[in-house]
Amino acid sequence: MNSAKSTVPFKGTPEQEAKLIAVIEEKKGDKGALMPILQKAQEIYGYLPIEVQTIISDKTGIPLEKIYGVVTFYAQFSLYPKGEYTISVCLGTACYVKGSGDIYNKLQEKLGIAGGECTADGKFSLDACRCIGACGLAPVLTVNEDVYGRLTVDDVDKILAKYA
Amino acid sequence: MKTLEELKVVRESMEGEVALRTNGNASSKYERHVLVCGGTGCTSSGSPKIIEKLEAELAEKGLTDKIQIVKTGCFGLCERGPIMIVYPEGSFYSRVNIDEIHRIVDEHLIGGNPVKEFLYDETVEGDTIKSLDDTSFYKKQHRVALRNCGVIDPENINEYIGRDGYKALGKVLTSMTPEEVIQTILDSGLRGRGGGGFPTGMKWKLARNIVPNADMKYVCCNADEGDPGAFMDRSVLEGDPHVVLEAMTIAGYAIGAKQGYIYVRAEYPIAVERLNIAIKQARETGMLGQNIFGTDFSFDIDLRLGAGAFVCGEETALMTSIEGNRGEPRPRPPFPAEKGLFQKPTILNNVETYANIPQIILNGADWFASMGTEKSKGTKVFALGGKIKNTGLVEVPMGTTLREVIEEIGGGIPNGKKFKAAQTGGPSGGCIPAEHFDIPIDYDNLIGIGSMMGSGGLIVMDEDNCMVDIAKFFLEFTVDESCGKCTPCRIGTKRMYEILDKITKGQGTLEDIDKLEELCYHIKANSLCGLGQTAPNPVLSTLRYFRDEYIAHVVDKKCPAGVCKDLLSFEIVKDNCIGCGMCAKQCPASAISRTDYVAPGKKLAAMEIDKTKCVKCGACIASCKFKAIIKK
Repeated sequence: MNSAKSTVPFKGTPEQEAKLIAVIEEKKGDKGALMPILQKAQEIYGYLPIEVQTIISDKTGIPLEKIYGVVTFYAQFSLYPKGEYTISVCLGTACYVKGSGDIYNKLQEKLGIAGGECTADGKFSLDACRCIGACGLAPVLTVNEDVYGRLTVDDVDKILAKYA
Repeated sequence: MKTLEELKVVRESMEGEVALRTNGNASSKYERHVLVCGGTGCTSSGSPKIIEKLEAELAEKGLTDKIQIVKTGCFGLCERGPIMIVYPEGSFYSRVNIDEIHRIVDEHLIGGNPVKEFLYDETVEGDTIKSLDDTSFYKKQHRVALRNCGVIDPENINEYIGRDGYKALGKVLTSMTPEEVIQTILDSGLRGRGGGGFPTGMKWKLARNIVPNADMKYVCCNADEGDPGAFMDRSVLEGDPHVVLEAMTIAGYAIGAKQGYIYVRAEYPIAVERLNIAIKQARETGMLGQNIFGTDFSFDIDLRLGAGAFVCGEETALMTSIEGNRGEPRPRPPFPAEKGLFQKPTILNNVETYANIPQIILNGADWFASMGTEKSKGTKVFALGGKIKNTGLVEVPMGTTLREVIEEIGGGIPNGKKFKAAQTGGPSGGCIPAEHFDIPIDYDNLIGIGSMMGSGGLIVMDEDNCMVDIAKFFLEFTVDESCGKCTPCRIGTKRMYEILDKITKGQGTLEDIDKLEELCYHIKANSLCGLGQTAPNPVLSTLRYFRDEYIAHVVDKKCPAGVCKDLLSFEIVKDNCIGCGMCAKQCPASAISRTDYVAPGKKLAAMEIDKTKCVKCGACIASCKFKAIIKK
């Protein structure tokens, strides 16, 4: 997978930090609390830059390198911000045999970015995702919460136009 | 609720309600129940809007106390979604459009006449409307794990109780010893539905006995369904979350654990939400918590969300992940039954396995063992996908043949194409060719023909799928998902992928095929966990049954299915070309131009493709109405 470089500086607010600290205080005592804390932190900030990981390390006493190790292990965690609209194309088997690879390529071409990257205006980011379990509708893509199924390559323009 | 009597009161008050949806002549407070699927498939195709519209229509007409709307889990026939069923008639409305609701309310819910033109076409035969159970998709199914999916409202614990919910837990806690519970599961012959097929009762027995006087034990549920194309666990969690809670509690009693964890994919938001609701309701009614049914047994369950790592479906990796670490597998032994989660004795079963447990307790081991084959008992849920008419979920007795599943239940291959292979077991499994169509599906038969049960994904492929490309697709997945801990998997799968890539680009040699095969055996033998040990299966099985396709790529430099772009060439058959020029207009590379040749009987000169300019996008083929362009 291509990994994009973030050029967006960290813009966390004191409110976000207060929220995160409240989450940490609530979960700190649980066994295996790191994953749930990271998941909440990503909900609060949208991604997990090194600044956020540092706060978590300071408050929990878990070494930063361990946190970084966990963050980079799981596909759900992102070190970079996402676009306003996140497009995920399912490349699970059912979608793949019905042509989702072509749809993914078409999107890369249309948006001028590779998978994992975000357009320069911060509008769209593109990812390939694993099976989302909507195999009955294959091939499938999602834009934020919206699901589009039974697609052909020709539907790409129409979908992008909806969010332009 | 503290006693069986109290449970019985709730059950009896609900029985009439839910029985209306199964036998159609029970006593319900409502005249009609309208069930709308709220599973992921139908939600994606718009069922929430259907429910909104129905609610608005019913409120407007003052029918809310006569007609009940129930948002259920998955009915299985996702291809036809969004799905709506009206009881007591059992009318099955498929691909429901929001504009159809008004007529359905007027003519059916008020007038009593089902709107035939909106019904699933297979249920309408002239003037009569067939029951859903008589359609080819449902006829051969036998629902045990999915028995409540699409029948009850998963967000209402009382509907679950109305379908004998928590009755098995009551029976276990008040009248069975832990040893008797384990013996029942052993006798039933239930084997793990998540992949390997290890006997469930054996797992429980080991966890009960292997460490005497353990201060803590855990019951885990693997709901990290990662095989692409498999979604039965998601459907159970969305449609019947309480069955998992009940079964885990029974397991807790059997092995002597007080705490359970469900490890569920964060990619399944609906399942996570329903599990949270179910856990809350179970705690409120006393089905989880201290002194369940007034006994001295206490048990509680927490959710842990996965974060998108396929390897976490492996049991030791899953436990490492719950502990808050990188989800890397651990060497076994020690097995989880001895040292599992937090180094304590632990059992891990998957969702579908648990979904069978309460029924086994209530109906007995013999009942369960009467279904299936000699060594694989009960039923199995398959997720049908790929090139098949009826995509969706089906549950059939073990031993059903692939032919029955694909041709009868699945409706065969669409568009008149020819079946090539069925893929089972996801990235750990293999491709089954047509010659094994009549083999009864069970754990051992599938392994015998080079595939495996896996979690039950069944992807159908037709003549347009290239088997080398499919093998490469799975290897790309494994390379991406290999955790990197052991060398055979981390480096070996990468090398396999590179060789496959070379072959699909037409640069492979016969020696590459031999090397590839040798690598497969090394990786299988030497990898640390199941991911690496099974990663070569897609390659081995395609080599076994479709070696001729590999040879065609390597020797003839051709892709017989016409998939691998580097090996394709596009040509215009000049005698078929009428010279309309549509293809030249569509070509993005301006590679098509007119020749001087006029085919017999045609008026304009034929077109031709300049192969040095052609980018092989296929736009010309799509534009040609005269089938004059072929790819070879």
